[in-house]
Amino acid sequence: MTEAASPLWEVFIRPRNGLAHRHVGSLHAHDAKMALQAARDVYTRRGETLSIWVVPSSAIVASDPSEKDMMFEPTASKIYRHPTFYEVPDEVGHM
Amino acid sequence: MAAMQTFSDPRAAWLERLGDATLVLGHRMSEWLSRAPTLEEDIAMANLSLDLIGQTRAFYTRACEIDSGERDETTLGYRRAEPDYRNPLIVEQPNGNFADTMARHLIFSAYVVPLYERLAGSNDAETAGIGARSAREMAYHLRHAGEWMIRLGDGTAESHEKAQTALDDLWPYAPELFEADDLDRDVTASGFGVDPSSLRDEFDAAVDDVLSRATLKKPAERRGQRGGKSGRHSEHLGHILATMQFLQRAYPEARW
Repeated sequence: MTEAASPLWEVFIRPRNGLAHRHVGSLHAHDAKMALQAARDVYTRRGETLSIWVVPSSAIVASDPSEKDMMFEPTASKIYRHPTFYEVPDEVGHM
Repeated sequence: MAAMQTFSDPRAAWLERLGDATLVLGHRMSEWLSRAPTLEEDIAMANLSLDLIGQTRAFYTRACEIDSGERDETTLGYRRAEPDYRNPLIVEQPNGNFADTMARHLIFSAYVVPLYERLAGSNDAETAGIGARSAREMAYHLRHAGEWMIRLGDGTAESHEKAQTALDDLWPYAPELFEADDLDRDVTASGFGVDPSSLRDEFDAAVDDVLSRATLKKPAERRGQRGGKSGRHSEHLGHILATMQFLQRAYPEARW
């Protein structure tokens, strides 16, 4: 089956109320409706699914791996951005 | 091998017949594994097959409970001869191409969804539960087969032709599904089962909806092929049973 006849879709699944949809994988399907059915068949076989999203992979704009130094490396050295310099009073308990 | 005597309790015999239909179709669908047109569809076929085998187990198990005899689901599934199986002929027809399989599945699903929905009102609570659960499963089968028939019918000239040919070839097996015999009437009268002749309108509505969107023509109703429900089968069932029963025949009582 050719790529044009059967484009790629990204599948997101929400396992429980209160949780966000999570990316679980991708699949090929002719159109949105068939993608939803394929997602149901391929990714929800063991239950615990409340909702499925399918998104055409072509609609996803991704960062360029070759730019990862520019994009992400600078944050690695900025430890002050982590909330680790605060004294949390015991009374606050678990945060 | 001599024909095994069927259940004396009509309720058990009728459930056994429902189980025979889903067992044979479930086996047919399993033949697609590793051969489906795409990986996604391969997994989908496995799901459909397993749904049907699961329904078979439920029907057989309940039949054996009602009969309270020595037989169990394994005996029914693997140790009977061809004439003992009472499935309608359509489910034993070969898979053919993908359109053939989807046309067969559309016809069977459109028949069995209203059947199971009514079975959910059976006077036997256990059977009613099986009906309700199976109706949900088969509603998905109906959608899956329907969506494929729509795309094949309304697809390319080649896919349209294959879908129409598949429908034309399988349509003669449809009337048998809706012909009530004494067993059907017996279990319907007692409030246990469902009269298949009452399902035709719902079947036609579901199929017509798919065919109109698929730009496919509903075949003319001919007298059709029948016999499976009374144990007279096409040449295909023997081959299915040979594959399916080999292990139990070669290694009786095998466990794994």
